Amino acid sequence: MKRHLLSMNDLDRQDILTILDTAESMHDVQHREVKKLPTLRGRTVVNLFFEDSTRTRSSFEIAGKWLSADVINISGKGSSTSKGESLRDTVRTVAAMGVDGFVIRHSASGAALQVSRWVDAVVINAGDGLHEHPTQALLDAYSMRQRLGDLQGLHVAIVGDLTHSRVLRSNLICLKTLGARVTVVAPPTLMPAGIETWAASEDFDTSYDLDAVLPAVDAVMMLRVQRERMSGGFFPTEREYTVGYGLTRERLRSLQKHTVICHPGPMNRGLEIAADAADAAQSLILDQVSAGVAVRMSVLYHLFAGEGSLT
Amino acid sequence: MTHPESVPPSEGSPTDQSEGDQSARVVMSSGDVSRALRRVAHEILERNKGSQDLVVLGIPTRGVALAHRLVHVMAEVEGRDVPSGALDITMHRDDLRRNPIRAIEHTYIPAPGIDDKTVVLVDDVLFSGRTVRAAMDALSDLGRPRAIRLAVLVDRGHRDLPIRADYVGKNLPTSRSERVQVCLAEHDGLDEVRISGGDR
Repeated sequence: MKRHLLSMNDLDRQDILTILDTAESMHDVQHREVKKLPTLRGRTVVNLFFEDSTRTRSSFEIAGKWLSADVINISGKGSSTSKGESLRDTVRTVAAMGVDGFVIRHSASGAALQVSRWVDAVVINAGDGLHEHPTQALLDAYSMRQRLGDLQGLHVAIVGDLTHSRVLRSNLICLKTLGARVTVVAPPTLMPAGIETWAASEDFDTSYDLDAVLPAVDAVMMLRVQRERMSGGFFPTEREYTVGYGLTRERLRSLQKHTVICHPGPMNRGLEIAADAADAAQSLILDQVSAGVAVRMSVLYHLFAGEGSLT
Repeated sequence: MTHPESVPPSEGSPTDQSEGDQSARVVMSSGDVSRALRRVAHEILERNKGSQDLVVLGIPTRGVALAHRLVHVMAEVEGRDVPSGALDITMHRDDLRRNPIRAIEHTYIPAPGIDDKTVVLVDDVLFSGRTVRAAMDALSDLGRPRAIRLAVLVDRGHRDLPIRADYVGKNLPTSRSERVQVCLAEHDGLDEVRISGGDR
């Protein structure tokens, strides 16, 4: 396993399976009375978040604390960045205090990679711009595997605002590495430009027709419409988006019985996903949140516990 | 499995064919192993005055197989099942930073839990005592047993910590440079304890 986790490309199939297996053991810890393991005692991990986040930041914090690491949170607002300090100076300042690792989220694609070149500490990418969010892909794979078993040969649809999604790229790499078949669905305006060139290397299908895809899949992953990243003009009205690409009550009925529903959160209820679908028995959305802690504990364990890499 | 100096048993390491075998000698045959385990099972029951409030937990990998065999014998003798499980100690090791990262095995604690029970920890070889120290820490995260006992198939001496076994299959005097390999049918196809290496 590589030293940093910057992209899903840093992990091969065996690495992914090892992380998911370890996460299963970590999941047991979540149900114990004493949720504390001594494994990372004496290690310091800094959560450096330049974008808003509830679940990623708090689950990294909980994961670190349950493994007995010291976890410090620094957010963009309220740090010296708001006084005009550059990203490089901020991370080098914090690194100089002697921390072992950074968990970083930033609005610029490639920020985590840059940071890994500036500091000696281990860097985990917790979302960089429109590029990647590897731990989200790992926890999605974990949740699906818990419910559906081995992902080899399963058919997964990824639906929604693909242009602005970092979850898409990480999930594509992760699912393809695990042997799943993937179809991505979006309105033409929200299909990333040049996705044909990705498809050539990753081998997945694209579609503009959600109703044609849904009945065939084993899992459907709804991505959030990221209004904060849109400068208008991607679809005429929200209602029109929902009619074309939302997981509505009618579409919920067209799914097979075993098909599971994922959403990385936060949800726009009524826009990309109806309340009926979000709260259905087939929904993995809360499982995903719970898995987030276990998967991040597993990632922290593998990146911080030992001196060497995974053998 | 191999036990190089001061490193507690590693998980599922294959027996070292290349250097070990030509000088290896068998110190316990299959019959010796099964007789020792039967005796240990009886000793546990005797000391506990039956099987009430007993929980037998194996330390992966081979301790789990040994724990299963012990409770099998106990069930025969007592006519009722004794709860058994597995206790992975990887997260509690004190040498994590010195070694490459190891995979984590599953911990399984049987339903009644360990609170106010007599927990018997089972491992294949007792050497430095560090594995047992880690296991006791792991247990304290899971509850508060009334007592913790230790059963091992082989006690080879050379403790680093003030720890001793309550039930021992065989005391095996060794030098620190020797290797003790415990083979069990569940993992290695046959029951045997071998000793190899060392300057003799």
